[in-house]
Amino acid sequence: MLLARDLAHAFGAVQALDGITFSLDRGQTLVIFGPNGAGKTTLLRVIAGLIRPRRGSAEVEGGRRAIGWIGHQSQLYGQLTVIENLRFWASLYDVPAGTVQERARALIGRLGLERQEQQPVRTLSRGQAQRASIARALIHDPAVLLLDEPFTGLDRLAAEELRTLLGELAADGRASVLVTHSVEEGTELATEVAFMRSGRFAAHGPRAGRDAAALAADYRRIMAGA
Amino acid sequence: MPDLLRHAWLVARKDLQVEFRSRTALTLALVFTALVLVVFEYGRDPTAVPTLDLAPSILWVTFSFAAVLALNRAFHAELENDALEGLLLSPISRSSLFWGKLGANLVFVALVQLTGLALFVLFFDVPVWRVWWPLILVMVLASVGFIAVGTLFSAMVVRTRFAELMLPVLLLPFLLPPLIAAVTVTAKLLGGRPLSEVLGWLRLLAAYDVTFVTLATLLFPATVTE
Repeated sequence: MLLARDLAHAFGAVQALDGITFSLDRGQTLVIFGPNGAGKTTLLRVIAGLIRPRRGSAEVEGGRRAIGWIGHQSQLYGQLTVIENLRFWASLYDVPAGTVQERARALIGRLGLERQEQQPVRTLSRGQAQRASIARALIHDPAVLLLDEPFTGLDRLAAEELRTLLGELAADGRASVLVTHSVEEGTELATEVAFMRSGRFAAHGPRAGRDAAALAADYRRIMAGA
Repeated sequence: MPDLLRHAWLVARKDLQVEFRSRTALTLALVFTALVLVVFEYGRDPTAVPTLDLAPSILWVTFSFAAVLALNRAFHAELENDALEGLLLSPISRSSLFWGKLGANLVFVALVQLTGLALFVLFFDVPVWRVWWPLILVMVLASVGFIAVGTLFSAMVVRTRFAELMLPVLLLPFLLPPLIAAVTVTAKLLGGRPLSEVLGWLRLLAAYDVTFVTLATLLFPATVTE
């Protein structure tokens, strides 16, 4: 579903990506751990087509239409209500008019936003806005999810709910790439794990049953070898 | 082409919905227009220069600065929750995005201009009714190209520091040709000259519009892609 081949990109003299290669199939989740400035967000932006890489290519089955993006910014309009936002984003993805309302209601129900549906987004709490942002990312039923530090700013309960939801989405058959600097946050979701440093995958492979503590130990060891 | 226009319409409708919900920029532009006209009304000696000689310059200087104020808001709503990134991720073309923004800006500036025109008549008692349709024509022709350039520059500067200062500095040189043409045509129309006498200026304005709408449409994708 997703194939990244030898991706490389630089911002001036800073090499942000250098020879990143991986592939993901349906239902797989690649969690990329790395410190700030490792190139994680740049990698997602290249996959999403927001940045043209200097070298290599990223192919997503179904193109841009098949991508859903969840980041720490909601990408929602504060003046519009949750349902108005969902209708707008659905229309950009050419979701058939007959199914928009049904799909929006289903997502609102699944994400527990029934009471906030008619509220302007600017009045939502951080956790509610993040859930509305997830509804926005899923309104066109994307096959590939790109998740950029999605737990940032969430309290423990909201983060737990988000983890559960992301697990359900992976079980639906979506392929996901999640980037985070925190080993505790993404471990349970991962089928594949990569540690990123200075634009490269310092290590990459199946999670192979490792828990958060084991991954944290691997992370420390690999980063210490920098 | 149908997709380009349909997506542009969706973006323009959303922009207007967001603006009319908050009404911040619209109110500011209208108050600014009224204030400038009041300053001109009371800040001049009516016995020194006949009102009819000054009126075209006053009208177009007011319109120009109000339009710059309005253009400043074009991409601000997109930054609030990084919605611009969502638009760039969506499958709509960059040209659709530009045309949508241009359409919303044209409606916005037209509202400010029409209100400004009514206030202008009220304050300066200028007989515009016998030339109302050529005057509307020159308002449209003088605005389209200029607002196309303004929309392009607004996208370029929105992520920079001092965007509110950068935009007028970049934009005002491009405003000079339509401003000169618009003031000349308005002066002739208000002076009772026949329309045939200003056709050359109107053609010049139309050529400016075609040139700059085309150039801005072609350059816009590069301004929003890294």
